[in-house]
Amino acid sequence: MNGAQDMGGVHGFGPVEPEPNEPVFHAGWEKRAFALTLAMAMPGQWNIDMSRFARENRDPGEYLSMSYYQIWFAALETMLKERDLVSDDETVAGHALREPKPVARILSPGAVAQVLYRGGPTERETNTTPAFKPGDHVRAKNINPRTHTRLPRYVRGHAGTIERVIGFHVFPDSNAQGAGENPQWLYTVCFDGRELWGADGDPTLTVSVDAWEPYLVPA
Amino acid sequence: MNGAADMGGMHGFGPVVPEPNEPVFHAEWEGHSFALNMVTGVAKLWNLDAFRFKRESIPPPEYLSLSYYGLWTRTLELMMLEYGVATPEEVAAGHAIAPFKKAPHAVSAAECANMVRCGSPYNRSAPAPALFKVGDKVRARNMHPQHHTRLPRYARGHAGEVVRIVGCHVFPDSNASNLGEDPHWLYTVRFDGRELWGADSDPTVRVCIEAWEPYLEPL
Amino acid sequence: MTHDHDHHHDHGSELSEMQLRTRALETILLEKGYIEPAAIDVLIETYEKKIGPRNGAQVVAKAWVDPQFRQWLFEDGTAAIGSLGFGGRSGNHLVALENTPSVHNMVVCTLCSCYPWAVLGLPPLWYKSAPYRSRTVADPRSVLADFGVSLPKDTEIRVWDSTAELRYLVVPLRPAGAEGWSEEKLAELVTRDSMIGTGLPKNPEDLA
Repeated sequence: MNGAQDMGGVHGFGPVEPEPNEPVFHAGWEKRAFALTLAMAMPGQWNIDMSRFARENRDPGEYLSMSYYQIWFAALETMLKERDLVSDDETVAGHALREPKPVARILSPGAVAQVLYRGGPTERETNTTPAFKPGDHVRAKNINPRTHTRLPRYVRGHAGTIERVIGFHVFPDSNAQGAGENPQWLYTVCFDGRELWGADGDPTLTVSVDAWEPYLVPA
Repeated sequence: MNGAADMGGMHGFGPVVPEPNEPVFHAEWEGHSFALNMVTGVAKLWNLDAFRFKRESIPPPEYLSLSYYGLWTRTLELMMLEYGVATPEEVAAGHAIAPFKKAPHAVSAAECANMVRCGSPYNRSAPAPALFKVGDKVRARNMHPQHHTRLPRYARGHAGEVVRIVGCHVFPDSNASNLGEDPHWLYTVRFDGRELWGADSDPTVRVCIEAWEPYLEPL
Repeated sequence: MTHDHDHHHDHGSELSEMQLRTRALETILLEKGYIEPAAIDVLIETYEKKIGPRNGAQVVAKAWVDPQFRQWLFEDGTAAIGSLGFGGRSGNHLVALENTPSVHNMVVCTLCSCYPWAVLGLPPLWYKSAPYRSRTVADPRSVLADFGVSLPKDTEIRVWDSTAELRYLVVPLRPAGAEGWSEEKLAELVTRDSMIGTGLPKNPEDLA
């Protein structure tokens, strides 16, 4: 979606402000929000693409005024409620008020290391061949879905070159909507800075994105 | 600039919510905010393009959290500070502390009435013949200036047709930075909805914008 | 022009509101049997203490001393890094980016905060914030200036926007004056920021 999260090229946010000796978490609740989010992925009620959409799918003013983990927490609440795992009256009460909806599995402490090490690989098997090869000239489509996509606005309509054929990967645009993994060929596409930003752009700049085949047409 | 004001095509703001019997101003202070900004125009403290540039430069999180007249008031504060009309201490105190050095005349009610009746026309004499004529196919440039511009991001790089020659008008990109009026030919350019939003979008939509000649190149 | 960055510093009341809400949710999930509290603690400890930029520094130091590993790293980042025991979450698909005297790489995720957790741990706040996400793809030199880094004006800057599950690790140039150093000592020169592309490795003389 063309939400506030699609920030590439936006002006006015001010300087980058690194914090010296920044702690991993700025408050105790952030640690819990982080860990709850990871742990609640285990029951398999949603996938990572749905999580990302749940984070970005909000009023732009809200998105920009919430802290990083406030957004994570809000998205977690939303997904739990959408799937009837937790209800509004329960979050108000601060307690479970009814029997839990059964889930396939939960994360046990002993399994954490193994689960983290397995991660979430997105590559899938295929007999198909990629439409593009390194060196090919492609153009990013001008798509404006209201649903989840990973094609940022700043590259849409612009011409670039295939740098690498990454592999055959789960397609977030489908997966986030619950329409299945629908894996597609995934490429690294490089764009000249001036192609993206105009003749006044930095001539020494190249920007790449990782783009699935449905985002691209031959240039 | 690519600020928060450049909203065309953004998702996530929710439905349009018309208010039945909406008053012109929702609070008395709003009327005063409105009037103060009109008066500063009559007093020629700054030009309208500079005002718009200042308003859109408000960092996106703040911009999106302020109400419409909240933005006007905030911009007025910032302009007064930048143009030496008031000091930070005076703004905090809520009254003048030092006498105003440039002492513009006090704007009278008669002058205001005159301004409302006559407005402030932006057309100027032409420095050169118009480059384009009605029916010409043009492309909006892919430009991303950090300064004020009136070419929205959603139009940049897209092909359209000149449907009207408006006239020769003050050029905001220059005027907003106090670099002079630099008048240029102004056109109404019509874009097909699918050109702007992609092949899947509504085929019955056309969008027109007013675009100054420097924003356009022949197709 | 003033910049209001209060939105990423919690005020007292905001802090306690988030504490209450998080605790309430955790209680509910626990009561429903969806989480085991010890699992939550292990997750926190893992990312607070165990997985961090020292992993990536080890990878870079090895690439500096071992030409075969270096070649493998650039050909198949996932496998080479995996051989050191790093991988998994946000590290299933890793690509190493080679800085050279004429090319400088920077990594960003404009759309959210994708970051190579497996080798760098969790990202710092600035990486996830609007200024970095918005400016790096358009004007990286101004971002480098915010970090006090200035590159020659003809250096090519390659910015990699992590839009898929590929995670990128920048391999910075080995500083001069560290010839003959052990991998362990070299790793101390490799800063987290140098592996994102917003910094350069430490100078050997800066190590006490």
